Amino acid sequence: MIIYGVALLAACLLAGLYVGELLGQLLGVQANVGGVGIAMLLLVLASSTQRFKPLVTGASANGINFWSAMYIPIIVAMAASQNVVAAVDGGLLALLAGVAAVVVSFALVPVLSRFGPQSDPLPPLDSSSGTPGKTDTPGKTGGGV
Amino acid sequence: MDTLVTVISANGLITAFAVVGITVWISYLMSARLTAGRIHGSAIAIILGLAASYWAGSVTGGSRGVVDIGVLAGIGLMGGGMMRDFGIVSTAFGVHISELRKAGVVGVISIFAGVIVSFIVGALIAVAFGYRDAESITTIGAGAVTYIVGPVTGTAIGASSDVIALSVAAGVVKSILVMIGTPLVAKHIGLNNPQSAMVFGGLMGTTSGVAGGLAATDPRLVPYGAMTATFYTGLGCLMGPSILYFIVRALV
Repeated sequence: MIIYGVALLAACLLAGLYVGELLGQLLGVQANVGGVGIAMLLLVLASSTQRFKPLVTGASANGINFWSAMYIPIIVAMAASQNVVAAVDGGLLALLAGVAAVVVSFALVPVLSRFGPQSDPLPPLDSSSGTPGKTDTPGKTGGGV
Repeated sequence: MDTLVTVISANGLITAFAVVGITVWISYLMSARLTAGRIHGSAIAIILGLAASYWAGSVTGGSRGVVDIGVLAGIGLMGGGMMRDFGIVSTAFGVHISELRKAGVVGVISIFAGVIVSFIVGALIAVAFGYRDAESITTIGAGAVTYIVGPVTGTAIGASSDVIALSVAAGVVKSILVMIGTPLVAKHIGLNNPQSAMVFGGLMGTTSGVAGGLAATDPRLVPYGAMTATFYTGLGCLMGPSILYFIVRALV
């Protein structure tokens, strides 16, 4: 049943957000600390546990894969509801602070990536389907420019 | 006509599915025809979304992009935090635990490094623009962390409201720039595997930016980047009004 997969996903998110809120209260901050990340860990654990197998295979898996495939459209809707005007109107200081933070952080990615065990580059998108149901990429696109 | 508008408005989420679907379709057409597939269709779709939001914001004067246009209000539901988080979590389906373990320690380091580096950069620029009080410098620095950390920090330490607004703007600039810039720099910073995606998520931290930027680069990297990014804002809210504020106060 598709709804089983969707329900498992929902349960993971709610549980993760709840733990994240509790963590935030515990640390005394007005934010959810890692709720979504905890939810993702729960889903990863559930999908590799024998007991949950009926919830993550067959039709139930389609319930999770559907939302996985809807992810990019959701991000497009998110982009369309950002306060872009405020970002542009924030003036030079806001622009510089934002741009500089991004540039410096970009530059640090290869520096920090060098530490710890390395993982192999993912195969090109068209030669591997990656996670089933996740690739909705027509044509030849190797991953941006 | 009125009847059509009524139907569209009364079924906001459904309208959003249709409108976003058409946008994505046009984007993939543009990607294939105009750029020969060099610029990813989802990157174009995200940029179209941001452009639409800018246009809508200029016309309506609102702060939520196209959501402030009555018939498109459903976009706010589809692109809101609830659906975004639901979508992000679903991408973790199929993630390999072994990859997560590999980047565990360096992932955590990258979150701390990301918060501290962005804060320092933002604070230095605040100083360069003539701010001399610890509250303003800290708040603007926190805004360069994310647009949530800025106002949370500013409110906690009593910064003025125009400085808080500036910090939000800095955070929004960061988030949007990460969305647009990531696919452009991905190759140059080695962003093509789960481990570097986790480092990337930890360094950038803005959940929307990381989510959008990685989606436009390679959707398979999204869960790894999102995993670390989601801890970033929490850490920023923890450090901004406390240790980072104390350090700035000691320095000025």
